[in-house]
Amino acid sequence: MIEGILIGLTTALTFQNILMVMVGCFFGTIIGMLPGLGPMTAIALMIPITYGFDPATGLILMAGVYYGAVFGGSTSSILLNAPGVPGTVATSFDGYPMAQQGKAGKALAIAAWSSFAGGTLSAIYLLFMAPSLSKVSLSFRSPDYFALMILGLTAIAAFSSKGQFLKAMMMVVLGLMLASVGQDSLSDITRFTFNNMNLTDGISFVLVVMATFAMSEALTIILKRNDPTSAAKQVSLTELGSIKINKEERTKMYKTIPRSSVIGFLIGVLPGAGATIASFLAYGMERNVVSDEEKEKFGKGSVNGLSAPETANNAACSGSFVPMLTLGIPGSGTTAVMLGALLGFGVQPGPRLYMTNPEIFWSIIMSMYIGMVILLILNLPLIPYIARILAVPKNYLIPLILFFSVTGIYVMSFNNFDIYLMIGIAVVATYLRLYDFPMPPLILAFVLGGLMEENLRRSLLLSNGSWEFLWDRTLTACILATTILIVVWHIYKTFKKKN
Amino acid sequence: MNINTTKIISLLFFIFSAFYLYTAYQIQVFAFDENAPFNARTFPIYLGYAGLFFSGLKLILPDPNTIKVEHKNLEYKKTGILVLIAIIYGATILKVGYFLTTSLFLFASYYFLGERRWILMFILSFPFVAAFMYLLHGVLNIYLRDPFLQSIGVMG
Repeated sequence: MIEGILIGLTTALTFQNILMVMVGCFFGTIIGMLPGLGPMTAIALMIPITYGFDPATGLILMAGVYYGAVFGGSTSSILLNAPGVPGTVATSFDGYPMAQQGKAGKALAIAAWSSFAGGTLSAIYLLFMAPSLSKVSLSFRSPDYFALMILGLTAIAAFSSKGQFLKAMMMVVLGLMLASVGQDSLSDITRFTFNNMNLTDGISFVLVVMATFAMSEALTIILKRNDPTSAAKQVSLTELGSIKINKEERTKMYKTIPRSSVIGFLIGVLPGAGATIASFLAYGMERNVVSDEEKEKFGKGSVNGLSAPETANNAACSGSFVPMLTLGIPGSGTTAVMLGALLGFGVQPGPRLYMTNPEIFWSIIMSMYIGMVILLILNLPLIPYIARILAVPKNYLIPLILFFSVTGIYVMSFNNFDIYLMIGIAVVATYLRLYDFPMPPLILAFVLGGLMEENLRRSLLLSNGSWEFLWDRTLTACILATTILIVVWHIYKTFKKKN
Repeated sequence: MNINTTKIISLLFFIFSAFYLYTAYQIQVFAFDENAPFNARTFPIYLGYAGLFFSGLKLILPDPNTIKVEHKNLEYKKTGILVLIAIIYGATILKVGYFLTTSLFLFASYYFLGERRWILMFILSFPFVAAFMYLLHGVLNIYLRDPFLQSIGVMG
């Protein structure tokens, strides 16, 4: 492992890669801060640029963007009560009241330090867990992978949809359907192309991500810009107050950070869960463990209430890399986008990544930590300036997002058809978003579609067409049982809520 | 059964899944693959049934979390214009070239979104695109086709 860490450090600490982390953190912070634009949009916008670099550098840039965007989301949560990302919704519960009390600078500093501590601790957990998990995952066979993908898709549908499980499952199926367009990987038979040559190679992953996130996000912002329900209340951005944290506040954070980081990391590791659930759970747990006097402060500007979700959401970000790097199965929508980018680089994540491309594996883990350090160094002194970016007029922001989206597709294919297809998918996605149809399950399904078909093909051919492979192996049966448990738990919760 | 837009979307998805399933059954496979346990049409057929199942359930089951969208508050006109500009942009980018179409697209989008600060609009379109183009084409070596710049001799 020491050798691996050194390989990772050697790759991550080159001038170019440090520069990439800095650029990634900076742009991620800016994009993440703008309400409605989260890490997924930020990473999607970066994909075409990363194709100019080698895989390690490209991924380092994306990891920087990811952390930057999560921190940026906290900034808009605290200053505007308008979370840039769902994972920072819980941050606004106590961050925004603090800002209203004239302690916006302090709230941002607590968020920055908690994010840093959460990220640091989870990078350490990742360092020790990832290699052992990759060893375990070597025993996985096709039926296990197939079952694991079913679990991942069901879990993301159950967790990402706020009580709209069926809608999320419809999006999963739609994602898989989109992935099935083009040539069959084994027989080369074309499917669903309707004799259109442009569809023979299938629909590009970047196109789907750009359409469903970046472009539809921009269209949604324009569509809703006069909607009074989505208008954000604003605190004065000129009076941020001091960013110093006193001893009493530090003592509170010392207790909160370790427990929230463990929760965040473990939730992040689960496929489909992620930063949002982690931050809410950490907030809830923190409220239960603090003294009655401190409990009273929750929702009114509590240090514990701000520190807990911030630690947990960053820890969950690192955690979500575990299933992606070791099993090749993304734990969240954002890591699904990164998985797609990795496949674009010709790198197949999974247990073998650790052996075949150790420099990529370790440099991602190392650069995550370096990203944390740089994020802190960069963002703490820049807080007052960064806050002003929130005032960027949407009249400029929206066309620029559309421009980046179209450019991303143009440089990849030099094809008008792809641009029309992207606009078409974006319009449909915008309409679906209005009615709360979640997009992350669609992306996850689109990324996993090919792998899922491949593993089902192998399993069915090996079992001579029998579906017994689903319960032949204990591991497969256990994974499927977990899937069923999630579905049953979700149905039970829905009925309980209704009654 | 209460009819709302979510149900209509589910119905459309049901019809789409039925069409997908029909098309999946029409996929031509090799003769020796016809009765194989798995061929090119197997997975799409399962997907078609899954689509019918989930959208059918959504149609039949009551919807406790009905989403109400206030259409009168939504900016359909501006969004439509923006989509139209993007389509024109997509249609002309290959023939005219990246620099001119992108700059005009940005300028027109700022204008239709209500911006009237002409100097800022200009800076954030023509010079901005030129700088971005230099970054992609000049620094990162990503090829950008531009017949317009080639015709005036700026690009080789």
